[in-house]
Amino acid sequence: METMMGLINLEHEHHFFHELTYFRSGASIPFAGRYRLIDFPLSNMGDSGVEEIAIFTSSKYRSLMDHLETGENWGVGRRNGGLFILPPDWNDPSDISKGDLRFFHNNRDYFNRGKSAYVLVSGGQYVSNTEYLDAFKYHLEREADITLVSTQQKSLHPEHESCFRIEKDEAGWVTKITNDLNNHELFTGVYIINKELLLSLVDQCIAHNEDHFFVHGIKQRLADLKVQTYENKAYGVFVNSMESYYRHNMNLLNEENYRALFYQKPFIRTKIGNQPPTKYRTGANVTKSILGNGCQIDGDVEGSILFRGVSVEAGATIKNSIIMQRCKIEAGVHLENVILDKDVHITANQKLIGSTEKPYVIAKSKTF
Amino acid sequence: MKNCVGMLLAGGEGKRLGLLTKDLAKPAVPFGGKYRIIDFALSNCANSSLQRVGVMTQYSPLELNKHIGNGGPWGMGGLNSGMQVLSPYTAQDGGEWYAGTADAIYQNILYIDSYDPEYVLVISGDHIYQMDYNKLLQHHKDTGADATISVKPVSWEEAPRFGILNTTEDLQIYEFDEKPEKPKSNLASMGIYIFNWSSLKSYLLDDAANEQSSHDFGNDIIPSMVDDGLKLYAYRFDNYWKDVGTIESYWEANMDLLDEDLQFLLNDRNWRTYSNESNIPPQYIDETAVVKQSLINSGCWISGTVENSIVFENVTIEKNSIVSHSILHPGVKVGRDVVLERVIVMGDTNIPDGTCIQVQADEEPLVIDQESLTNLLLTVKV
Repeated sequence: METMMGLINLEHEHHFFHELTYFRSGASIPFAGRYRLIDFPLSNMGDSGVEEIAIFTSSKYRSLMDHLETGENWGVGRRNGGLFILPPDWNDPSDISKGDLRFFHNNRDYFNRGKSAYVLVSGGQYVSNTEYLDAFKYHLEREADITLVSTQQKSLHPEHESCFRIEKDEAGWVTKITNDLNNHELFTGVYIINKELLLSLVDQCIAHNEDHFFVHGIKQRLADLKVQTYENKAYGVFVNSMESYYRHNMNLLNEENYRALFYQKPFIRTKIGNQPPTKYRTGANVTKSILGNGCQIDGDVEGSILFRGVSVEAGATIKNSIIMQRCKIEAGVHLENVILDKDVHITANQKLIGSTEKPYVIAKSKTF
Repeated sequence: MKNCVGMLLAGGEGKRLGLLTKDLAKPAVPFGGKYRIIDFALSNCANSSLQRVGVMTQYSPLELNKHIGNGGPWGMGGLNSGMQVLSPYTAQDGGEWYAGTADAIYQNILYIDSYDPEYVLVISGDHIYQMDYNKLLQHHKDTGADATISVKPVSWEEAPRFGILNTTEDLQIYEFDEKPEKPKSNLASMGIYIFNWSSLKSYLLDDAANEQSSHDFGNDIIPSMVDDGLKLYAYRFDNYWKDVGTIESYWEANMDLLDEDLQFLLNDRNWRTYSNESNIPPQYIDETAVVKQSLINSGCWISGTVENSIVFENVTIEKNSIVSHSILHPGVKVGRDVVLERVIVMGDTNIPDGTCIQVQADEEPLVIDQESLTNLLLTVKV
């Protein structure tokens, strides 16, 4: 019974989240009323039978660690295996590695000690509820060195510009990895690689003074490698900018999308909270919205996403907005196309209106 | 509370809750949109930093045992694993079901002795209240009592349902009447006791040997202690406390959570109510929904109207349906054009399109499960 070990590599991720990443890594951005982006790769790995997961994270990882704790909430907090959060910890004086190769080089122990012969690698920006067991089976059947998980995107948006595109032959072997903006076959950032190969590619990259494992180790050496592709047909979106973040949250208000991403068992897991059910008071008027638990609603909420513990006082109106955990919206406030980060307090009778293309964002813990 | 072991009585059948306890111990009955009744007592233990709690189960314990697990949600899992489920057992001299509240403690003397405590706190798993047991213990120590009983003033009409305590002015107990027809006072025992373990143990041993006894705290142990002139004190508790022993009181206690003045029951950040959490996606409130004066939990899809109701997780309410003054347990599916008023719908029941069940305000709320619903619909059609 072959198994995979997991790696979530957050190094080299391009993102444009502005205020949302002032105090946190891209992977710990709150999403969909209850979750953070990291929950998707973590849950998917857990559902793929992965029992050990390492996370390469280079900065602002306080909120990430706070969120992940032991990994138990995702079913990876086991006696053997478990979750390894690996911030930079370079202590080898002879180390000449650069870029994310430093992570690979300095954490060889993780790969050597792991009991699996295969590694499932993922980034933190592809949001999907899926498992990769079929992809793994396929990887084994085809005797591939590497299997890239791809997705076909019907319409292309700015968030796809930084995604690699895949070109393949009739047998599904990858011939080119490009940035061709007209190609709709996108690389999700998720791939399966044989562990021995991974370690030897790391050595080669370091020997050649290279600094990006995927670009230099895989993309540039494509001719020498047997790289397959496997298409993920589940609902999946890329979130790597403020604009894509807002749009993909709002898209969940469409029932079909919300069901596709969240109401497929096994559910996406996240850090367990402890909040009472949401309380609707007499003045509550809530339509087409997603609400976490622990909210107290006495005003109008329409087409919005409210995270846990938000309070909306009587006479306040919230439209097409994303309101994160524990925000307090006082009486008479009007919010439209707004994103409030956690713990924001909007005092009575204020008006904040953004546009659909450019929502108005307020950073964490501000009082207005 | 290092020198005190908590013993939580959770074996009750709760006969007067009818259908609600068909396959379920009373403490495990769902409550408040996401909890079970026992969560309030367990959260009191957690918030009072009680480190050892034995939970005595007997009647239909499966759901209850699954819910409690190792006590993790109440901060008792892992290293300081202090929660133990205690079921009746057989030993070399045979074995018996727990014959009464006192017998349940008697059968677990070994468990209590293993911690060698100075005090034992006896509580039950079927009351809704928030109490700091440290204050009760402090009162017990201050008075130098052998036993302290927590009491609450109740209305004179209700008094015959309770154990009634007659006390002197400084709250020393001189008489105890279990469910008296003509009560002399309205100070009711809340079924919460602190004993000095050494004296309780000797009373339990004597009581077990007494064939005439019903092995109950209220009927046997407390009256004998009073008769023997032990120092028993009452501890007055004036905050919210509800015994959810009947369908009416169960419904009322749920509705109390919608009362603004009782927000603290679920929303006190310094006294949280913990439960065995699950990972369910956030609720979806549709374009056609109207939700007012209600509690709604995760996993719900609401397209109809909900008013003055408590809705547990994973409930669906479809378009043009009206649910009011009702309690819907987890996984209930309400179809279209349904009217529900003053009903309690048990878990996973499917209510077909066009069903109309309305209970008048002066009648007892109706408890419905899939089976009783079928019979009900048959009678309606006739």
